[in-house]
Amino acid sequence: MKKTINIKLNGTDHSVEVEPRKLLVHLIREDLSMTGTHIGCDTTSCGACTVLIDGRSAKSCTILAIQADGKEITTVEGLATAGGLHPLQEGFKENHGLQCGFCTPGMMIRAVELLGKNPNPTESEIRWGISGNLCRCTGYNNIVKAIQYASAKMRGAELPSTEPEFV
Amino acid sequence: MIPEQFGYSAPTSLQEAFSLLQELGEDAKILAGGHSLIPMMKLRLATPFHLIDINKIPGLAYIREEGNTLKIGALTREVDLEESTLIHDKYPIFIDASKLIADPQVRNFGTLGGNIAHGDAANDHPAVMIALRAVVEISGAGGSRTVAIDDFFHGFYMTAIEQGEILTEIRISRPQSKFGSAYHKVERKVGDYATAGVAIALGMDDKGICTYAGIGLTNVNATPMRAERSEAALIGTNLNAEAINLAARHASEDCQPSSDLRGDEEYKRHQ
Repeated sequence: MKKTINIKLNGTDHSVEVEPRKLLVHLIREDLSMTGTHIGCDTTSCGACTVLIDGRSAKSCTILAIQADGKEITTVEGLATAGGLHPLQEGFKENHGLQCGFCTPGMMIRAVELLGKNPNPTESEIRWGISGNLCRCTGYNNIVKAIQYASAKMRGAELPSTEPEFV
Repeated sequence: MIPEQFGYSAPTSLQEAFSLLQELGEDAKILAGGHSLIPMMKLRLATPFHLIDINKIPGLAYIREEGNTLKIGALTREVDLEESTLIHDKYPIFIDASKLIADPQVRNFGTLGGNIAHGDAANDHPAVMIALRAVVEISGAGGSRTVAIDDFFHGFYMTAIEQGEILTEIRISRPQSKFGSAYHKVERKVGDYATAGVAIALGMDDKGICTYAGIGLTNVNATPMRAERSEAALIGTNLNAEAINLAARHASEDCQPSSDLRGDEEYKRHQ
């Protein structure tokens, strides 16, 4: 019943035996011990489990691990480099883009694909772009600012003010 | 939530997939985008014995125009419809519908073929297909056949796809006239299934007279529904307010919505 799959997770190759019914998020968290990716609703709604599969953002609670055979997966642990934080991580830190932090890994991974396709999104494009990610602290205003900050930083534009908004 | 145990194959050609379908019988399910099927399997509402993953079969995802016919491969992702300039320029109804389906992550995987083949009147593309009078290509070991969309939806989760067959292509012939299309749905929140939805495609001649009307309704009937009397109310008119109001009234009278958490029957008819 079990099958061997090969995946690259945050740059490291892994060969793992999985049951077909194992979900990708369980492979990442339990077999490969990368617990930055969270399980929130477990029903394809909240986006906390968002990872990149060959660059496409995906809800890993709704993908079978076996479907990721031969693919490259990026999780929040794959964002920072030896050079420091990813611009999105810096943006969330500078703009108070998180409160409890549970949605943050999914938000940041989703924003990676969003900024890759649209490097200079409007506020409404950002809000539409993260419409599959829920923040139960409702900290959306600062999350939007964090993504705007990362967008400016990645384009080499002037950084927006990082005065956080408390409502 | 973890699905029940099942077997898994990922064929790399359609022929291989057809052989597997024949060998495994009706307990085998096709896995395309998986964003309807896997949630159902997690909730144990679906317990297929075996999944045949068609994502490794090349040549099933494309959007192209041949003469007057738009051809879309069944494995084309929602996101690819959303980002296609051809679709954007000539068939904006797909943009309207795709961007209202779930959310960006789901649209990265969900496929047009899956949205239709699932046979769920709550899905958005079936109404679009009805408005555009699409023809779908269904393939099996013996070859391919085509089915008009009006003959495709047989009941709740039931379609014209027979055992051993796979939906492979969607074809849309563009009427030879000024042509426009749009999709609108009422939803409780971003990404929800439609409380009610309407897909409409209209063609007009040079004098501004309506010569083509296609109207499909989402989630107000057991199967995706064509609003026939509404279409007839528009044809031959110059689409004045009176004709449009009559078409809307017919649609409201002819649909058969069921009351649920998204609203009661009366509310849905009003939409």
